[in-house]
Amino acid sequence: MDPIKKKIQNKSKETRQELIGKILSYSSILLIVLVVLSIFIFVASKGIATFTQNNASLKDFFFSTDWSPTAVGKDGRPLVGALPMITGSFGVTLLAVLFATPFAIGTALYMTEIASKKGRNFLQIVTELLVGIPSVVYGFIGLNVVVPFVREHFGGSGYGILSGAFVLFVMVLPTVTSLTVDSLRAVPSHYKSASLALGATEWQTIYKVTLRAALPGILTAVIFGMARAFGEALAVQMVIGNATLMPKGLLSASSTLTSVLTMGIGNTVMGTVGNNALWSLALVLLVMSLVFNLLVKWIGRKGRF
Amino acid sequence: MGDYISTRNVHLYYGENEALKGIDLGFPDNGIHALIGPSGCGKSTYLRCLNRMNDLIPDVKITGNIEIGGSNIYSPKTDTVELRRQVGMVFQQPNPFPFSIYDNVSYGLKLSGKKDKEFIDERVETSLKQAAVWDEVKDDLSKSALSLSGGQQQRICIARVLAVKPSVILLDEPTSALDPVSSNLIEEMLLTLREKYACVMVTHNLQQASRISDTTSFFLTGQLIETGRTKDIFVEPQQKETDDYLSGRFG
Repeated sequence: MDPIKKKIQNKSKETRQELIGKILSYSSILLIVLVVLSIFIFVASKGIATFTQNNASLKDFFFSTDWSPTAVGKDGRPLVGALPMITGSFGVTLLAVLFATPFAIGTALYMTEIASKKGRNFLQIVTELLVGIPSVVYGFIGLNVVVPFVREHFGGSGYGILSGAFVLFVMVLPTVTSLTVDSLRAVPSHYKSASLALGATEWQTIYKVTLRAALPGILTAVIFGMARAFGEALAVQMVIGNATLMPKGLLSASSTLTSVLTMGIGNTVMGTVGNNALWSLALVLLVMSLVFNLLVKWIGRKGRF
Repeated sequence: MGDYISTRNVHLYYGENEALKGIDLGFPDNGIHALIGPSGCGKSTYLRCLNRMNDLIPDVKITGNIEIGGSNIYSPKTDTVELRRQVGMVFQQPNPFPFSIYDNVSYGLKLSGKKDKEFIDERVETSLKQAAVWDEVKDDLSKSALSLSGGQQQRICIARVLAVKPSVILLDEPTSALDPVSSNLIEEMLLTLREKYACVMVTHNLQQASRISDTTSFFLTGQLIETGRTKDIFVEPQQKETDDYLSGRFG
């Protein structure tokens, strides 16, 4: 056979390597998709069982404030009112992000627009360090510093949504900051030159052009921060007071979806109403994280410039 | 002649590197003045001295004397913000903000605290008309400026500069990123502006310089080789380097 013909009709070593690489990466993807899907299916089937098998009312779940899944109400249905926890979760999340966003934007602006290289590197290390601290440490500091602080300056026992929000504020700050830094860096420098050349001051340029152009990115950062705050369990559980009652204010002991889950999951038996009701809470968490993700995607599409 | 813009013995250093080696040049307060020369010859650098955009680059040192309208723009008393309102700049790449057309053109006015909506509306319209882009965009000024074509974007940028009523307009290769039709529109528009404004334009396009400019200056390796009326420079250059460049023997 002609040597050239022979050569091009046989697979080369490189082609075979390419094939192996493809198989490897596709199987990794497949594995991850399978894991995500099975988590979803598992949590959903358990979470839905509360309503199908145990006959709890979906309306009660979202709107009633009686959480005592092992007991039965007057209508013969288990008491699975999750409104206090849903309120608690949203309360700490929104407050934490509300506190964190101005600080994050300020820090990010300093890092991208004002600081020298040294200052920027220093702050970079600080924010990365904040991410690396385990949440139990945050919770412990919260317990020893934030709770007494809130008790003295705001009143109440010190346990409650406000303390939870303070602890989460520190925890989400690095996430929001570093994502905001990324979005500010992505603003093309020619916007800045154009603005300065029109006679804008540095501050006017930052305020009217850079921040405005980076707005979709900053919103994304905030939502990632919210997702992080919403899912945080341990640190919040340590400072929120863990009363499954409708919060009367920011200072009364309350609970979040995650804190009830971590407190309760070890004390219930698989397959019982009490256990299933906890899975329903987990389902809400999962759906919320999906919602946060979709929001980020949606902003990313709308905000492209 | 009593030049409106006059620069004397301007040296500019990027760190150790001397990018401008003593430029003496002046322009009256109207007309189009072309700066030509091969890449890296310092013509854009010179242009950016006139509105102090070089200040933004670290490690830049500028010596010499640059006066606009009789006042030294590098004196410590000069307010760069006010200076840049007087000396507008159009960049090589069209760089409208990612905002609506209206917000782009009114940007400079709002910077200086103008709030009167009627006044701003009027100024936006005149500027867009002056920049010869009004007819194409008047139906929807709330459209994003980024949805326009490159040529339209560049005319929006020119309108944005005109809206603040500068006395000098610096143009840094304003048409080099555009197609010939758009370039032509911008050239025609510049010809209508020459009466009222001092336009200083860097260009790589020699035909463009010869078509629309009143005076031309030829830069080479940080030095001003020759300056004069465009017709004289193109027909009868005095220096050998100019002749070589214009006839395409280098650059």
